[in-house]
Amino acid sequence: MARGAGAMIGIGVAACVAALTLLPLGAVFLRAGGWPGFGPGDWEAVVFTVQQALLSAALSCGLAVPVARALVRRRFWGRGLLIALMGAPFILPVIVAVLGLVAVFGRSGVLNDLLAALGLPAFSLYGAHGVVLAHVFLNLPLAVRMLVQGWQAIPAERFRLAQSLGFGPREMFWHIERPMLMAIVPGALVVIFVICLTSFAVALTLGGGPGATTVELAIYQAVKFDFDLGRAGVLAAVQFGLCLLAAGLGWRWATPSAFGAGMGRLAMIPGPGGWRCWGDMLVIGLAAAFLLVPLGAVVMRGMPGLLLLPETVWAALGRSVSVALMSTLVTVAAALALALTVAARGRGAAVMDLVAVLPLATSGLVLGVGLFLLVQPLMIPSRAALPVTILVNAVLTLPFVYRLLLPQAVAMLADYGRLAESLGLRGWARLRWLVLPRLARPLGFGAGISMAFSMGDLGVIALFAGDREATLPLVVQRLMGAYRMDQAMGAALVLVLVSFALFWAFDALGRRHAAS
Amino acid sequence: MKTSILAAGVSLMALPAMAEQPVLTVYAGDYFTSEWGPGPAIEKGFEAICACDLQFSTGDLLPRLLLEGERTEADVVIGLTTDVLARARATGLFAPHGQDLAALTLPVAWPDETFIPFNWGHTAFIYDETRMAAPPASFDDMRNLPDDMKVVIQDPRTSISGLALVLWVKSVYGDQAGAFWADLAPHILTVTKDWSESYGLFTDGEADMVLSYTTSPAYHMFAENDLTKKAAIFPEGHYFMAETVGKIAGTDQPALADQFMGWVLSAEFQTMIPAANWSLPSALPKDQWPEGWAALPLPEKVLFLTEDEAEAQREAVIEEWRAALAQ
Repeated sequence: MARGAGAMIGIGVAACVAALTLLPLGAVFLRAGGWPGFGPGDWEAVVFTVQQALLSAALSCGLAVPVARALVRRRFWGRGLLIALMGAPFILPVIVAVLGLVAVFGRSGVLNDLLAALGLPAFSLYGAHGVVLAHVFLNLPLAVRMLVQGWQAIPAERFRLAQSLGFGPREMFWHIERPMLMAIVPGALVVIFVICLTSFAVALTLGGGPGATTVELAIYQAVKFDFDLGRAGVLAAVQFGLCLLAAGLGWRWATPSAFGAGMGRLAMIPGPGGWRCWGDMLVIGLAAAFLLVPLGAVVMRGMPGLLLLPETVWAALGRSVSVALMSTLVTVAAALALALTVAARGRGAAVMDLVAVLPLATSGLVLGVGLFLLVQPLMIPSRAALPVTILVNAVLTLPFVYRLLLPQAVAMLADYGRLAESLGLRGWARLRWLVLPRLARPLGFGAGISMAFSMGDLGVIALFAGDREATLPLVVQRLMGAYRMDQAMGAALVLVLVSFALFWAFDALGRRHAAS
Repeated sequence: MKTSILAAGVSLMALPAMAEQPVLTVYAGDYFTSEWGPGPAIEKGFEAICACDLQFSTGDLLPRLLLEGERTEADVVIGLTTDVLARARATGLFAPHGQDLAALTLPVAWPDETFIPFNWGHTAFIYDETRMAAPPASFDDMRNLPDDMKVVIQDPRTSISGLALVLWVKSVYGDQAGAFWADLAPHILTVTKDWSESYGLFTDGEADMVLSYTTSPAYHMFAENDLTKKAAIFPEGHYFMAETVGKIAGTDQPALADQFMGWVLSAEFQTMIPAANWSLPSALPKDQWPEGWAALPLPEKVLFLTEDEAEAQREAVIEEWRAALAQ
């Protein structure tokens, strides 16, 4: 039975993900030999972490709704490029994103120059609001893209029907767009909340000091400086708990949309005229400025360094790209298997759905230490560096790709499941004629995100180092560590450009092969 | 002389017996082996005299050693800083170095029988004289900086230089350290996870001063021909930091490890340290420092905590810092 085999693969993936996230944590506790209490400041760290993550997620998703809606219902020159470019902040390396934001919102940034020229008081970037600003900058693109996908998944017939029934914009929102938002927003909220939960360098730098300590920073301290594995384990467990809580709430709250199947044509969503048109243009303009000006600053900062780049950069780039390609292949295949199994709502679907969030909540550091402890008795860890890197990248990006695939996999089965069944469409044929064309869009986007993520990876496998050949993010870090800031920013620009090109290529591939 | 060493190195590499050469595994920090770190020069220099293959293994030093314990692959560990030596020593993995330390030229006594310092420096606040006309002349001046002067520092919980700063403040102010932090707090632009982020904020013009090292201006002087970056020298004294090298007791290459430990103190090794590592040589009289280095402004007074003192104070001073700045 092909479908039985499909379900088995899905269950296998879920088991692997659970093992890869939970076993390392267990290994850390076993090695620590205890469950100590919190250290000084740990409780404050938990409170701050949750507060900023809640605020960041709510703002990112709240702002994404008007932005995504404006983008799907307006047509203008350069729209496709704008949508693609607006996705770029999400794939910026942390340090580069920080310097980009500083160039715009910092003390000597563009914004304060402007305020000073207007005789207005200066804006200070550093503080809790700076953390939230940075997190919205980094995650608004993800929320916008998830929502744009949601809007595009609404069959064109619905809008036409609504128009023929004489729906105004308000009715249109209530009967067609609201149910879609109810299905997509909770998932987006959870994903962004959890990303912000594990944030660390951004939060500290823009938070202005130890008041902006997150749980992940405390874990870093425990692992790298105090070597207090017990405390690291406890903090990682707290992070896990928070994530599961958020996921539980979010998923419960989400209601699946039920539009029924359409002809598969891409919706040209009617854009109401009048002030709404101007409103949409304003929203798009503001969002574009907020996301693209810091990005422009990153490009400007990196340009001079491009000419000074050492040859090592290109070799490192090659290594980074090949590792990212392998990780992406694993991620996309695993996420697809998992999403199809969960969408089929067989036994254990709820558990598998939960398992798919686990990696998001995982502390990369604790994962690294745990895997090291697990691998060490079997082999010299440095020899396992490559497979471990690929596996860790794949597991850590799986939740994103899975989240993108699931709603559309559910809709696909609801709309075409019975038809496929009656045609006896199974196995490869089903994959080829139903699944891949219907899911091409999220698959392409997911692969793009996975590529960008795996390109940026750093730190998780620092322990497995050995005589490793440097990847591009490591080269950036080494250049900075050796005072060579210009070259570092140049190399970072190469990283960003290549990540973005790969992201764009996969995304475009998905769109081209989409059935709709 | 350099060319002859190079030639010797090249001819050695050409030998077919290469594959049979013993391997000396050296654990080092991540920055070490890049072409901008001291690693490549060290590897070339040592392989020219040891008839061996020196292999660096880079990454986290102490966490890795603690995780590996007796299983460690390392023969030698290079790069452990003075403030973490107590914990490194407590692993029991290191053997006495057995070297004569008479050649050391450090400003502090070094009676250690296990770890040999291979470089040193002090923490300092760096400023750009084109942006800061009246730099603080003493540590106490840091408490009364003009309102618009902002400093960027590193977090003592995640960075070794950040830890050095809180120990430095404690050494200068003792019981008054908390009050110092309260005074400095309005001038702290932000705190970063590690040194390079801070330094990036400084060179990008976002911060007026950055916590770094007295040797930082040397990079700008020698590599960029930029004389505007200066270290503020304080009469209260500057905190001493050294990076060390240690031999693993369970090494399977004890003779090579000993040879390496001895070579670290040689003039050849020491003369390449300043430009390769942007730090001061640990066993080279000042008159033999590479050209220009002796002119680098350095503090008269050096503050140094033994590793036991540093370890005993660590948690308390970090907490004092956190409590003062978390408000």
